[in-house]
Amino acid sequence: MSALVKLVDVSKRYADATALHATNLSVERGKTTVLIGPSGCGKSTLLRLIIRLIEPDSGSVEFNGELITSDIISNLRRRIGYVIQEGGLFPHLTARANVLLMARHIGKSEDEMQNRLVELCELTRFPGNLLSRYPVELSGGQRQRVGLMRALMLSPELLLLDEPLGALDPLVRASLQKDLKEIFARLQQTVLFVTHDLAEAIYFGDEIVLMNDGRIVQKGSVTDLREKPSDPFVSEFINAQRGVTLT
Amino acid sequence: MKLRCLSRSGGLVSAAGLRWLESRRSLVATLLFLPVACAAADPVIIGSKKFTESYVLGEIARRALNDAGVAAEHRQGMGGTIILWQALQGGQIDAYPEYTGTIEQEILRNSKQLSFQEIRDALGKFGVGNTEPLGFNNTYALVMRRSEAQRLGIRSISDLRKHPELKIGLTHEFLDRQDGWRPLRERYGLPQQSVIGIDHALGYAALANGSIDVKDAYSTDAKIEQNDLEVLEDDLQFFPKYEAVFLFRSSMSSDAINGLRRLEGTLDEKRMIHLNMEAERTKNYTSAANLYFQNNGRSASFAGESFSHKLARWTLRHLELAGFSLLLSVIIGIPLGIVASRGGLIGQGILGFASIVQTIPSLALLALLVPLPFFGISVRTAIAALFLYGLLPIVRNTASGLQDIPRSLRESAIALGLSPATRLWEIYLPMASRSILSGIKTSAVINIGTATLAALIGAGGLGEPILSGLNLNDHITILEGAIPAALLALLVQWFFDALDRVLIPKGLRI
Repeated sequence: MSALVKLVDVSKRYADATALHATNLSVERGKTTVLIGPSGCGKSTLLRLIIRLIEPDSGSVEFNGELITSDIISNLRRRIGYVIQEGGLFPHLTARANVLLMARHIGKSEDEMQNRLVELCELTRFPGNLLSRYPVELSGGQRQRVGLMRALMLSPELLLLDEPLGALDPLVRASLQKDLKEIFARLQQTVLFVTHDLAEAIYFGDEIVLMNDGRIVQKGSVTDLREKPSDPFVSEFINAQRGVTLT
Repeated sequence: MKLRCLSRSGGLVSAAGLRWLESRRSLVATLLFLPVACAAADPVIIGSKKFTESYVLGEIARRALNDAGVAAEHRQGMGGTIILWQALQGGQIDAYPEYTGTIEQEILRNSKQLSFQEIRDALGKFGVGNTEPLGFNNTYALVMRRSEAQRLGIRSISDLRKHPELKIGLTHEFLDRQDGWRPLRERYGLPQQSVIGIDHALGYAALANGSIDVKDAYSTDAKIEQNDLEVLEDDLQFFPKYEAVFLFRSSMSSDAINGLRRLEGTLDEKRMIHLNMEAERTKNYTSAANLYFQNNGRSASFAGESFSHKLARWTLRHLELAGFSLLLSVIIGIPLGIVASRGGLIGQGILGFASIVQTIPSLALLALLVPLPFFGISVRTAIAALFLYGLLPIVRNTASGLQDIPRSLRESAIALGLSPATRLWEIYLPMASRSILSGIKTSAVINIGTATLAALIGAGGLGEPILSGLNLNDHITILEGAIPAALLALLVQWFFDALDRVLIPKGLRI
C-alpha cells in the first residue's frame, strides 16, 4: 500500500515553543489513521501543516508523491476535505449553500451539484428538507453532518478531521461515530482523524499515532500500544484513558 | 464699522471658528488663488457677513441688480471679513458689503487712516473695485444699560476709568482686532480686570440681565434702541470711520457695477437702523430690504421665500451634504477598514489617522480645510470635512467586524480552497456586515448633525436658520433648523435599521 501523504522531517516552531519537532509520518491510502495525544501535543498542528493553514519551518509534505508548495496548495485543497469541531459552517449561508460553496466556485453544473447533494444526504443521513436551514437552526450533530457533506462534496482523496465530534453530547456522538465509520468504509476513504479520546481512536483507527510534546511517541495498532509500549508515556496515557472510560 | 464684530454673532461655536479663520488671514490670503472665470450668463453672486446689517445690505444689492436687469443671487451670512474677502478674490462671490475701517485695518492691514482714493488704489491692485460710501457710518462703540450709566454718571469711554469694578463682555473679534480692545484699553488707560469674550447676540442678553455691564456694539445696531442702551462717547476719537461701501470684482459687468453704484449715498444711519430693526422684528431680510426700495419710490415688494420652500431647500442641501460625504466615507472607509483589519503598522496607522481626525473639533476641521487650495469657501469643503469625520466609525467597524470572525471559520474558508477574493466577498464581508452597517449608521447620524456647521462656510443646509437664529437671538428661527435636523437624524436612523434587514444575511439575524 502506498502512502497518500508523506511528511518528511517536518517541524514547526512558534515564538515561545516548538509545536512539532522534526517528524516523519505516512498516511496510508484507504485507511483511517488516528492522531491521538494530550492537548498541545502537536496533533492539530500536524493536520494544519498538511493543508497548509500553517507553513512548516523545515521538511516537506508530499501528497500523492507530489511536493506540496504554496503554488499548488489551492488546487490541492480541493482534493482534501477538512472538518473541524462544530463543522466550521458559515453562519450567513444555508446548509445547502455551505455544502455547494466550493462546487459553485469552480463552476460545477447545477445538475451535477444536485445529484451529489442527494447522494451526500443519503450517505450522511441528513434530512434533505433541512438543507434550506441556516447553521443556527440546526442541532450540533446536524451541523457536523453538513460539515462532513461540505468536505466530501468534491470527492476528496483525503479527509482531515480535527476533533470533529468533540462538542457533541454522548448519544449524538455515538450515533455519528457509527455513521462515520460506515461512510469511511463505504467510500474506502483515506482519513486522518485527530482526537484526544482513546475509545474513539480505537473505534476508528486502523492505525493509531500517539503523540506527546511535539513528537510521535509510537505508531501502530492498539494492541501494539498496549502490549509493546515504546515509552512509559504510552502506558501512562492508555491507562489513564482506560480509567476514565471504565468509570 | 463694527459689522465685523458682529460677524462673530453666529453663536459661541461659530465665533470661535471664525476667530480662528480671521487669525489665519494672511496665510489664507496667500494660499487662496482660485481663478474662476465667470461666464457672462452666470448670475452675479452677492455675499454677506453673518450679521443682520450685512444680510440686509446683501438683499438690497440683489434687488438693486435685479431691478437693473442683472441676474443676481445672494449667499447669506458666509462668515467674517476674511472669508468674504477670500471668496471675492477667489471668485466664489462677485460683490459684498464692507466698511472702510475694516478695509484699512483688516484687509489692507494699514495702521494709519487712508484717504478714500488711497483705499481705491490699494484695492485696485487686487482686482477689486469699490462703490462710494452708501451714506452711513457704522463705527464701533461701547454701550451700557442706560439706567446703570446714569446711576454711575458715565457718559464717555474716559468715564470708565473711575469704575474698575465694571464687567466687560466683548465679541471675540473685537478682543482680537488690531483696532479692538487692547489698543482701546491702552489709549484710555482702562483698569477693568473682568473682560470676557462673548457672542454678539448673546452679549445683549448678558447685558440685560447684568452678567456684564459694558459691551461692544456698532452704531447702527438696532438693539441699542430696543434694549435702551447708552452709547459711550468716543471722546479720544479712538475708533476709525466705518463707512459702508460695496466691494466688487473689477471684472464684473459694467451693468452690475452701475447697479451697485446706484446705491451710493442713499442710506443714512437712521434709515439703516430702521431697516436693521425691521429685519430683526420680522425675521425677514428680504422684506426689510424691500422697505429701502419702497421709501425710494421704487417698484414694490418681492414676496419673501415661503417657509415650506425654504425648508425644502435647506433639507435638500443638508441631505446632499450628508449623503454625498457619507457615500465617500463608505467607498473609502470600507477598503481602509479591510486593510486595517490585517493589523500591522499600516493597519494601526490607518486606525490612528482616523481616530485623530475624529478628535479634531468639527468646526476646527472645517476651518483647517478652508485655507487649502481647491477647498476654500465652498460646498466641497463641507463635504470633505464631513467625509473625514464620517471615516472613523466605518473604518473601525469594518476592521473590528472582520477581526471578530472566529479563526476556525477563516481557516475553514481557506481549507476549502476558496480564492482570497472569494473569501473576502462571499465569506468575510457578509459575516462582518452587521458591524460594517452599524458603523455606516453611526457615520450617517454624525454627518446629519455635523452638517449643520456647513452653513458657517456658506454651504447652506439646515445650519442656515440655526446660524441666523443665533445671530438674531431668535429661538424660533433656531428651531426651524434644529427640529428638522433632529428629525432627519431620526429618519436616517430608522432608514438604516430597515436597511439592516435587507443587507444583513438572514442566517446572521436569526
